[in-house]
Amino acid sequence: MEWETVIGLEIHAQLNTKSKIFSAAATKFGAEPNSQACAVDLGLPGVLPVLNKEVVSKAVKFGLAVDAHINQRNVFDRKNYFYPDLPKGYQISQLDWPIVGEGEIEITLGDTTKVVGITRAHLEEDAGKSIHDLYDDFTAVDLNRAGIPLLEIVSDPDMRSAKEAVAYAKKIHTLVQYLEICDGNMQEGSFRCDANVSIRPMGQEKLGTRAELKNINSFKFLERAINLEVERQQDILEEGGKVAQETRLYDAVKHETRSMRSKEEANDYRYFPDPDLLPVEISDELMAQIKQELPELPQEKKARFIAEFGLSEYDADVLTSQKPMADYFEKMIVNNADHAKLCANWIMGELSASLNKHQLELVDAPITADNLSLLVNRIGDDTISGKIAKDVFKAMWDGEGSADEIIEAKGLKQMTDIGAIEVIVDEIIANNAPQVEQFKSGNEKILGFFVGQAMKATQGKANPKLLNEMLRAKLS
Amino acid sequence: MSVHTKTIAQLSQGLSSGEFSSVELTQHYLDRINASDLNAFITVTDELAMKQAQAADDKIAKGAGSILTGIPYAHKDIFCTNGVKTSAGSKMLDNFISPYDATVSHKLNQADLVMLGKANMDEFAMGSSNENSYYGDVKNPWNINKIPGGSSGGSAAAVAGRLAPFATGTDTGGSIRQPSSLCGITGLKPTYGRVSRYGMIAYASSLDQAGPMTQTAEDAALILNVMAGFDEKDSTSAERDVEDYTASLNDSIKGLTIGLPKEFFSEGLDDEVASQVMAAVKEFEVMGATVKEVSLPNSAYAIPTYYIVAPCECSSNLSRLDGVRYGYRCEDPKDLEDLYLRSRTEGFGEEVKRRIMIGTYALSAGYYDAYYLKAQKTRHLISEDFKKAFKDVDVIMGPVSPTTAFDLGSVKDPVSMYLADIYTLSANLAGLPGMSIPAGFAQKLPVGLQLIGNYWSESKLLNIAHQFQQQTDWHTQVPQES
Repeated sequence: MEWETVIGLEIHAQLNTKSKIFSAAATKFGAEPNSQACAVDLGLPGVLPVLNKEVVSKAVKFGLAVDAHINQRNVFDRKNYFYPDLPKGYQISQLDWPIVGEGEIEITLGDTTKVVGITRAHLEEDAGKSIHDLYDDFTAVDLNRAGIPLLEIVSDPDMRSAKEAVAYAKKIHTLVQYLEICDGNMQEGSFRCDANVSIRPMGQEKLGTRAELKNINSFKFLERAINLEVERQQDILEEGGKVAQETRLYDAVKHETRSMRSKEEANDYRYFPDPDLLPVEISDELMAQIKQELPELPQEKKARFIAEFGLSEYDADVLTSQKPMADYFEKMIVNNADHAKLCANWIMGELSASLNKHQLELVDAPITADNLSLLVNRIGDDTISGKIAKDVFKAMWDGEGSADEIIEAKGLKQMTDIGAIEVIVDEIIANNAPQVEQFKSGNEKILGFFVGQAMKATQGKANPKLLNEMLRAKLS
Repeated sequence: MSVHTKTIAQLSQGLSSGEFSSVELTQHYLDRINASDLNAFITVTDELAMKQAQAADDKIAKGAGSILTGIPYAHKDIFCTNGVKTSAGSKMLDNFISPYDATVSHKLNQADLVMLGKANMDEFAMGSSNENSYYGDVKNPWNINKIPGGSSGGSAAAVAGRLAPFATGTDTGGSIRQPSSLCGITGLKPTYGRVSRYGMIAYASSLDQAGPMTQTAEDAALILNVMAGFDEKDSTSAERDVEDYTASLNDSIKGLTIGLPKEFFSEGLDDEVASQVMAAVKEFEVMGATVKEVSLPNSAYAIPTYYIVAPCECSSNLSRLDGVRYGYRCEDPKDLEDLYLRSRTEGFGEEVKRRIMIGTYALSAGYYDAYYLKAQKTRHLISEDFKKAFKDVDVIMGPVSPTTAFDLGSVKDPVSMYLADIYTLSANLAGLPGMSIPAGFAQKLPVGLQLIGNYWSESKLLNIAHQFQQQTDWHTQVPQES
């Protein structure tokens, strides 16, 4: 039987506020355990939550960017369950009145585009962390994360393959970074994906029973976990079994999923409006202000790169698909607007390749945009050739200095002195009579031999254009 | 006149004139507390009190004192007090030394008041008789075989027994007014949002409100001046200026229109209590007020509404008491489930567990609409009744409690106990301010008159109460000491 996969994603994006959603404690990642948990985060008797207004603006920003309906009156609820890393015994979240209502976002997969519906996005507080492997007989609890603001973005079940799910997740990931509401760091858990996966016979309308996959911390694992789950469900159904509605944990090391809890074991969360917090009222003025402050979004930036710098559709798409890359490009062309295409090539080519090779993020690249810009400048003004530039790039990557320092130190400046090049060319012609004959008898290809010899003699520094012209003139 | 029968206003004069020092005054009250068998206190903070009294005396000597500098008080053990055990009357928090001050505690400290100790109370403020305290029953100073009322029973007994010039209380369904009534003192529950709830251990967040318990309305005004005010740490506190609640105490109440809800004088109200209440209303008529009958038809649903809303909220509010971070933890838990189960089973008392169970049930999937949502709707209707009534009258009066204080141990059935709150719950559900003032005696036990005002009418209520106390002397009656 042919099966259709149906996927919906729940993305938890930590909002990058300085303080927590309901307390004044700091949110910095990696601090000493429990050093960023105040009385409110610890859930001491008598403490009360106070909403950090910054999270409201950030959530509205997201809503506007996905064309969503914003609930200008939204309500915080309590989601009740017991767990040691949930200090109050309930999580403050939003159920019936989320801040962001229905919206949509367009994803691109190869040549096709598709619109994915966003069901809702609501604000809630993150829980702390339970660490089970620190002590033999105890579980350690770190409450630094408790109370970090989260925007939970729930998609419609619109994705039909793991690849589509990844494209959607990446799109949201890019968007929240453009909006500067989330740092997007998946390793540190500031951007987390849960996937609801089900399958149904192709053509059937009714959705199959879904499993929720948790603990996925990279796009690669997202794709793998979904494919694994689809296979598992197919196997069950094709053997005549039934898929259980359950939550499954993905283990990236063993590449397997295992059941965490079944529907029967699921908590009855006993949601009710939190009486400690008033409903959030977002004024028309604030809405207008946020709308005005919305930064340029990926689609808009892409269009501008094409119009303003003459980039190809493809280049503009690649550059804008990641905010750090677009930022890098924009920094490079501040002093290099005439060589936009060259800048794009260097980012997408040499720089990206080196980052991949060293498994570095763009923000951690050893070459700043300003420095790479200078290197491109030296190609543009014929100081060095593109080929030499690659060597300079390597030296820059290794920390040997700026482009100019390296060119100077290694004497890589292109020879543009006609007299000097002529001496070398004459000598090569004199020493290679048979090749001269071949050229004269119509073998144009042999010209490359002479160029190679000349470059060798000048350690690649001869200006290639000049060299070509001179050789042609002397040989004919 | 012994010093402990003086009001705050009188004590303040004595302190500033040098008639006695705060240290002497504080020692006097501490001696009385130590000699008392009312069980009004969970913790007596004598050392801290003497230190605060000394600091107050220093201030007074420098002429830097204010009207309340050096006045001692009893603090209900529901308010967090930095460095002092804050138990909420529960075994669960018997080992809890609060690392921070509630906003109310902070404000009282700022006013140079002297905390004598933490007053006994029903566990987590759940009860109407103070028989639900882990620290034992509190006794009514008028008759030690009777209950003092609850949940602020320790506070009421301390003030009535003249163990403290005043006490703090909290009122979720009548917990300031009912014990004030049964112990013959003046108690004020302000409008919801007038006093910060930060650091006040939550029972039912949408109903809880703190207020003063005093001998007189004038004293209540002085203390409310300190307690009231917006607090940025409490989102439900009102961003509204604090008036000087003493400013209009002496205004004439001629022409005042009093509403008597017929529903407050129906079946179940003790005849003698009813006649004392009516006599007090008559007194107001003599003073120039007119009386009108009003109707609060939905107040009949106050008990079922309250006993859904409050348990729902408390079932969630008390979840943090899980034995993980602080408070009681059972011995040798074998796993997490066992830790939760036994810590909470052993740490909470019967009534608290009952309300957690009711609330958990009412919020459960499939029952939420029938209980919680329905109760919210009824709550709204109850508020609407008051809104309508306050179009015609300035204040609503009636009994606080259907009977005088009953015998300790005599009411065993929880529902019968809940009925004791019948006249006080509506004001909490509507968020309105309410008072209890001494209005006579029945069966040799105090009877309170309840005043319910419109939103933010604390000044008016205090004015009405003060004028009554100028004409009567019920509030000056002191129980005989054995």
